[in-house]
Amino acid sequence: MVELAEMTPTVTAAPPALKAESKNVSFFYGAFQALKKVNVNIADKKVTALIGPSGCGKTTFLRCFNRMHDLYPGNRYQGEILLHPEGVNIIGPEVDPIEVRMRINMVFQKANPFPKSIYENVAYGLRIRETNSRSVLDGKVEQALRHAALWDEVKDRLQNLAFALSGGQQQRLCIARALATDPEIVLFDEPTSALDPIATARIEELIGELKKSVTILIVTHNMQQAARVSDYTGFMYLGELVEFDVTGKIFTNPSNKLTEDYVTGRFG
Amino acid sequence: MTTATAPLIRRPPTATRFARRPAGRIKRLRERLIETLLFLAAASSIAITAGIVGILFFESLAFFKQVSLVDFLTDRQWTPLFDDAHYGILPLLSGTLVTAGVALAFALPVGTVTAIYLSEYAPHKVREVVKPFLELLSAVPTVVFGYFALLFVTPLLQRIIPGLPGFNMLSAGLVMGVMIIPYVSSISEDAMKAVPMHIREASYAVGATRFQTSVRVIVPSAMSGISSAYVLGFSRAIGETMVVAIAAGMQPNFTWNPTEPAATITAYIVQVALGDLPHGTIGYQTIFAAGLTLMLMTLAFNIAGYFLRKRYREIY
Repeated sequence: MVELAEMTPTVTAAPPALKAESKNVSFFYGAFQALKKVNVNIADKKVTALIGPSGCGKTTFLRCFNRMHDLYPGNRYQGEILLHPEGVNIIGPEVDPIEVRMRINMVFQKANPFPKSIYENVAYGLRIRETNSRSVLDGKVEQALRHAALWDEVKDRLQNLAFALSGGQQQRLCIARALATDPEIVLFDEPTSALDPIATARIEELIGELKKSVTILIVTHNMQQAARVSDYTGFMYLGELVEFDVTGKIFTNPSNKLTEDYVTGRFG
Repeated sequence: MTTATAPLIRRPPTATRFARRPAGRIKRLRERLIETLLFLAAASSIAITAGIVGILFFESLAFFKQVSLVDFLTDRQWTPLFDDAHYGILPLLSGTLVTAGVALAFALPVGTVTAIYLSEYAPHKVREVVKPFLELLSAVPTVVFGYFALLFVTPLLQRIIPGLPGFNMLSAGLVMGVMIIPYVSSISEDAMKAVPMHIREASYAVGATRFQTSVRVIVPSAMSGISSAYVLGFSRAIGETMVVAIAAGMQPNFTWNPTEPAATITAYIVQVALGDLPHGTIGYQTIFAAGLTLMLMTLAFNIAGYFLRKRYREIY
C-alpha cells in the first residue's frame, strides 16, 4: 500500500479543510425562487469563484453567506449553510444575522466607503464592536490597510475624506474595512466591475495574497478573472449550480456541456 | 392604373421643416415679450424683498436718529409707549430666544428621532400612516396652537410646577416645538431616505446593528439635509407670532427663566401694530427697528446654515 502511494503521482492534493458548505440552499424573493438546491463546498483559505450569466443567482447565493437578504422583507431561505469549525447553520432563523456578519464580511460591486475619513472607514467595524482604544485602533487600521495594499498610498492622509481617493483605492479601502475585523470569510461581489484594468489587476493580485489568511468567495462576470484568481469555480445557471470543480478543470475540461458553452463564450 | 406605377416611398415635399417662414420679425418680437414677462415674474419677488428690506432700513434709520444704537442694544428695559420711555431690545430678545430655545430643545431631538424611526425602522405601512399625520400637524392654524398652549398645556404644567404664571414662555415654547416637529422630521427624513442603500449595506455587512447604522452612518451622511431642517426650524421658532403672543404674554421682561412670562419681538410687533399709533412717531418706528432685528437674526442663521450645508454636502 505504501509503495503504491509513493508510486502514484499525486494528481490531486489531499482535499483541503472545509470552511463552509451549502446544503440544498434554496432562496426565494417573495414567490420567485432564485436559488434551487445549491450545494457547494467552500475550502478553507482558498479562493472559490462563482461564474454564470446575469440573473443566474450567483450574487443571490453570495449574499446568503452574510444574511444580506435579511435587510429586505419577503425573502426566505431554505436548506443549510454550515460554517466550520462549529458547523453552525448560518442561514438558520435562530442565528442572529449580526453574529454571522461579524465573521463573514463583504466587498461590494461598487466601492461604498462611508462619508468619513479614511481612518474612520477602516476603524468602523472595530468601533461598532466597542473597540475604542486609540492604540488598538491605530494598529488594526494600519494592519488592515497594509493587507489591502493601500497603506503606502494613504498613510500620510488618514484623516482625509475617503471620497478623495480614486475608484480603485476606494475599493481597496473597502477591502481594508472588511479585513479590519479579522473575518473568517470575505465575500467579493464583482469587486472589479467598476474599475479600470490596472486597478483590477491590483485587486486580483491582492486577492491572491489574502487567501493566505482568509477564505474568499468571489462572484465575477469576468471569466478570465475567475481563471486567474480562484482555486475552485462553480458555474451557475438559472438558479442552479451546474458544475463545481477545480478551476483548471472548469476552464479546460468541463464535464457539462452547458459549462463548456459558457466558458468558451458560446452564450452568456 | 397610375397607382401601380407610384413609387413605394414618396419623397417629402421640398419645402418642409427648414423653410423660411414669413413674419419672422413678429415671431421674434413675441419671443422677446414672453422672455420679458417671465423675467418680470422672477424679478418681482426680488423687488418685493428688496422693498421690504428697504422700508425696514429706512424706518429704522429714523428710529436710530432718536435712539442711539448703544441704548438699543444695552438698555435693559423696553417701554417705548410709557412716559418714561426706554428702548432696549434685550427684553424682547431674551423672550424670543428663550421661547425659541425651549421649542428647539424639544423639536430638534424629537424631530430627529422621528425621522430616524420613519426612515430606518418603520415598516412601509406604518410610514404611510404616520407621515400624513405629521404633516397634518403643520396644517393646524397657529392660533389654535396658541390657545392649546394657554388653556391646556399651561394648566397641565401648573400641576407639575406650582406657581407657574398663566402666561409663561415654557408652555408657549413647548407647543411651538410641537408645531415645528413636522418641519424638522419631514426634511430630515427625506435627507436620510436619500442616503443610498449601498451605504447602509456597507454598514450592515461589517456587523452593525440598525441603531449603529442609523446613528453612525445615516445621520452623518444626511447631515447636510438635517442641518437645513434645523435652520428652518429655528427660523420658524424665531418668527412664530401667534403662539407666543397668546401664551407667553405681552409684557417685555428681561429674563432667561422660561417659567416667567415675557413678550417676544413678534408679540410686541403684533401688539403695537394692532394699536393706533400715529404714522412717523417713535412708537411707530420701534416696530421697524424690532422687525429689522428679527430679520437680521434669521438672516444670520440662514447664512450659518448655508455654510453648514456646504460643509456637510452630500458626497456619497
